[in-house]
Amino acid sequence: MIDLQFDFEILLPALYKGALVTFALILVSAPFGFLNGIGIALGRTYGNRLVSRLCQGYVLFFKGCPLLLLLFIIYFGLPSLGITFTAFTSAVIGFILCNGAYNSEYIRGGIQSVSSGQMTAALSLGMSRVQAIRSIILPQALRKSLPGLSNEFIYLIKYSSLAYMITVIEITGAGNIFAAKYFAFFEVFILIGIFYLGLVTVAGRIIAVIEKKIAIPGFGGV
Amino acid sequence: MGTVMHKMMNGEIILRVEDIHKCYGDIEVLKGVSFDVRRGETKVFIGPSGTGKSTLLRCINQLTIPDSGCIWLNDEEVIYGGPRINQLRQKIGMVFQNFNLFDHLTAVANVEIALIRVKGMSKADARKKALEELKQVGLLDKANAYPAELSGGQAQRLSIARALAMDPEVILFDEPTSSLDPELTREVLEVMKRLARAGMTMLVVTHEMGFALSVANEILFMEHGTIVEKGSPSDIQTSPAFARTRMFLGTFQDD
Repeated sequence: MIDLQFDFEILLPALYKGALVTFALILVSAPFGFLNGIGIALGRTYGNRLVSRLCQGYVLFFKGCPLLLLLFIIYFGLPSLGITFTAFTSAVIGFILCNGAYNSEYIRGGIQSVSSGQMTAALSLGMSRVQAIRSIILPQALRKSLPGLSNEFIYLIKYSSLAYMITVIEITGAGNIFAAKYFAFFEVFILIGIFYLGLVTVAGRIIAVIEKKIAIPGFGGV
Repeated sequence: MGTVMHKMMNGEIILRVEDIHKCYGDIEVLKGVSFDVRRGETKVFIGPSGTGKSTLLRCINQLTIPDSGCIWLNDEEVIYGGPRINQLRQKIGMVFQNFNLFDHLTAVANVEIALIRVKGMSKADARKKALEELKQVGLLDKANAYPAELSGGQAQRLSIARALAMDPEVILFDEPTSSLDPELTREVLEVMKRLARAGMTMLVVTHEMGFALSVANEILFMEHGTIVEKGSPSDIQTSPAFARTRMFLGTFQDD
């Protein structure tokens, strides 16, 4: 029924371009989403009342707002306020905002799991609060939140496909255009599914290696 | 006893605690506590639980902020939020009941970290100094172990090494052996005795009466947020003026 040989020869280059965009979306969003998460978690834990409340509100808002809606607001809505971003930038902003909100909750849990006595001890040695947070609290909190953070990273890989809805031709978008043109939905989407599966598997492996590398006796796990 | 008196008479006063008050809600935990500490002296605070002994120690380095009263370290006032609070805290070491070691760092790194981050030492110098301190407390062979891999006694000796590394003028011991079994308690007390003999100035909150009677220059008995009685171990054991303290000590000897 379908000439697979022919399809793949022109399909793969088309998907390759989309895959590069997908990689770019993930590789830009993930580090900033991580930093955003740290910032929100610290603000919520150590900030004064106002900062803490603001961070809490941030998390509430971005956890409650469907990501697709968020992308629509940024890309289609903000221009009416005179704020315009390219489709790619809009997608990345949306991912960073959303990813950071979830990350911050894992990191906050990690911070709370570090015994408060360690902060006391650090202060008693003459460290400032900032020094104590940086050298004592965060290294432990991040280790403890790594399983949650890695989950969020996997989600990011998959929801990067939503960028297509605001015209970013990443791999799902590229596939959809191709599939519609050649009426090859099954092959194309299966292939893209395998791509995501491969990506998630590789990401999982990398995270496992990191987890093992920074493991410390007495921290659970390894 | 002669040498003890000699030390107390001649040592300069390095720490002055003046009329410290502290309330938690409606409860007044410290009702005006004052005393002077001379260089090289070991003062031991005893008394029933909940009488403000630990709060008093924490007020000295402003981990707990007193409601009123002053702390002076060598003519410099120790004030929370003051510009030199972190420098002053370096000079006031502290050892905690629950060790409060940094769980993500090896033994040697626990000692090093403040040397590097606070004192700005190079990594090589900090390592050298940290290893010296570990040797002092008999933990050189555990330098690369993590806190979770240490016994309670080793953990507490490590926390003493961590405090010592900052070259403090005085070390505060907040019930350092209360979470240890008798055998581990002994190894920690041994280290503390050695420090006292070497001339370290120490303020110790403890229920170890044997340690208090054999090592202290002065024993201060606290109850209901005040110092009720204070004197040298020999005075407390013989003089009729120390009836309350002896009654308290008696409850321990019955154990």
